Amino acid sequence: MTTDRECILSRVRGALAPLAPLAPLANRAALPDWEAELVIMRQARGVVDEWSLFAERLRGVNGIPLTAVADLVALLMENGWRHGYCDPAIWPNLAPAFPATITVETTFDRARVDDYQFGITRASLAIAETGTVVLTDTGTSRRLAALAPWVHVAVVTRGAMVVDVPQAVAALPDDPNVIWCTGPSKTADVEGILIEGVHGPGVQAVLLLD
Amino acid sequence: MATQPIDQYARRLHPDTKAAVYDGSKQGHDKRTQVLFDHFPDPDRLRRIAGEIKQHVVENLDTYLPQVEARLQAHGVTVHWAATAEAANAAVLAIMRSRGATRMVKSKTMVSEETGLGPFLEQNGVECVETDLGEFIVQIDHDQPSHIVKPIIHKNRRQIAASFERHGLGAYDDDPETITRRARQHLRGKYLAADVGLTGANFVSAESGRLVVVTNEGNSRFCLAAPACHIAMVGIEKIVPRDRDLGLFLNLLARSGTGQQLTVYTEFISGPRSPAQPDGPEEMHVIFVDNGRTDVLASSCRDILRCIRCGACLNVCPVYRQASGHAYRSVYPGPVGAVLSPLLAGEDFAALADLPRASTLCGACHEVCPVDIPIPDLLLRLRDRAKQEGVPSPGTPPMGVWALLASRPAAWRAVLFGGKLINHLPVTLLPVPALRSWAGHHTLPEWRGGAFRSWLKDRQK
Repeated sequence: MTTDRECILSRVRGALAPLAPLAPLANRAALPDWEAELVIMRQARGVVDEWSLFAERLRGVNGIPLTAVADLVALLMENGWRHGYCDPAIWPNLAPAFPATITVETTFDRARVDDYQFGITRASLAIAETGTVVLTDTGTSRRLAALAPWVHVAVVTRGAMVVDVPQAVAALPDDPNVIWCTGPSKTADVEGILIEGVHGPGVQAVLLLD
Repeated sequence: MATQPIDQYARRLHPDTKAAVYDGSKQGHDKRTQVLFDHFPDPDRLRRIAGEIKQHVVENLDTYLPQVEARLQAHGVTVHWAATAEAANAAVLAIMRSRGATRMVKSKTMVSEETGLGPFLEQNGVECVETDLGEFIVQIDHDQPSHIVKPIIHKNRRQIAASFERHGLGAYDDDPETITRRARQHLRGKYLAADVGLTGANFVSAESGRLVVVTNEGNSRFCLAAPACHIAMVGIEKIVPRDRDLGLFLNLLARSGTGQQLTVYTEFISGPRSPAQPDGPEEMHVIFVDNGRTDVLASSCRDILRCIRCGACLNVCPVYRQASGHAYRSVYPGPVGAVLSPLLAGEDFAALADLPRASTLCGACHEVCPVDIPIPDLLLRLRDRAKQEGVPSPGTPPMGVWALLASRPAAWRAVLFGGKLINHLPVTLLPVPALRSWAGHHTLPEWRGGAFRSWLKDRQK
């Protein structure tokens, strides 16, 4: 592939040569700077309580904000979601509130991806203005467990919240796979009609746990 | 009179298709406008700055490309380069063969549409499954996408249900929810069995080497959770200079494309999975593809390389809305396609040289473009090129008589004066019945030809 590399780079240099006939770079477009303020939504200015903005925006994309483990249990019971996966690191915090009628595994078997109705994993950050939770490779116990079950529950802490997208970009961790999730997976490919739960979760819940 | 190929296509279009395309694109445009202006005090400023940033990238690719390559390699990514579509496809196949891989799941990428990757792999004994719902339907129908963001904007649910039935995905049922669930179940098996997941990239940060991939359905996440190898096919112009610039581009991309604040999933990928993570690729390859882009860079239309493939210009375009994407006979439809497709066609420029002419230059595409590409200017430059190269232009009104008169002042004056006869046109005696009938129901404005000249003459005295 070395030949293709040299070929492309020399063609690029050749194409750009007329832009700098005398001094190199002189005639090329400069890189502008811009202030983060520019892209902060009206709705996210002067925010006092990040969680309330987050909860409102999450509802806006049909996600479900939860503030107590009991509410999560109620949600699962109501919908008949009785079997799922939970990250072993957070299960001890949730187990006391879970009834025996809901069975939870702390290992995920990829041969049975459809057996898990829900998956509970940690989110390393939440973005308030968009209702987004941030998953990482190091913080999420299993990529598949946060993706394959019908219900994904992301557990966030109050300390791990930012208001806007520029802050979230600035907080991008040194991690090979960072995923921003904004509501349940969805499509409008068929006649523009919104359908939730395409390849990923049809229900995205976020549990605030301090 | 001969008409342009796009007109001919639009005339043959089934009324259902025309309605689907019109409604779908209008809906996308309306949501875009509402969301951008509801969320931001000055969305136009965002577009202009984003445009300047991408123009800077395009004009400094010689610096950025080696920089990105070094960042990716530092993260354990194997970087490949492909000058042509054939080289890009061959690179993918070589990676597959080196792993003994025979099954691929594929997320939506426009550059792989350019190279015809899917059919190429199938011919070489590799199963290649499109996982985006729209692209999956295109694949089982042996059809072509007709929109950059909504590939099956031209199909209705009845056609899709029939395709599913033909493809053995259950009995006919045209409920969109049932269609989606069946695709979910079918494709799950494909992800879990696949050896390789292939994606594109919406952006690549030169600062960190992060690839950014956005989807709504979660298919790219599955392509990066189940298979053990990830290949990303990336056009060489996809770079943004700094991570922080992603904050600007992500805020513009989804709002411009679908009227969402963010797509459901935004993935930042900088290498193979981390050691403690059980799921995801242990090996990652990035293929940088030229396939005509350096020709575009050398042309007077290099601004088109800023494009971030949001589809906003398609949605707003009155020609696209009437003609649908297939009328553009290339991977990129709409205003962006009218510029990019003839340029990427290389030696086949003449075959697509009619596309830049299928426009009234109304400027709507420029107004909505999130990277502020002056598309109407570029269309004019391509019209000029076609003229210089002597490409025939059927459907263009003959201008010879006008040119003759306009270059001879005496003849021009005579026509201006003679035009006054129209004021005394005997409508009832017109030789063409259709013209007679039209003129009978309309009042022509009074011919005032030459009035300006006499006014100017008086003034100069």
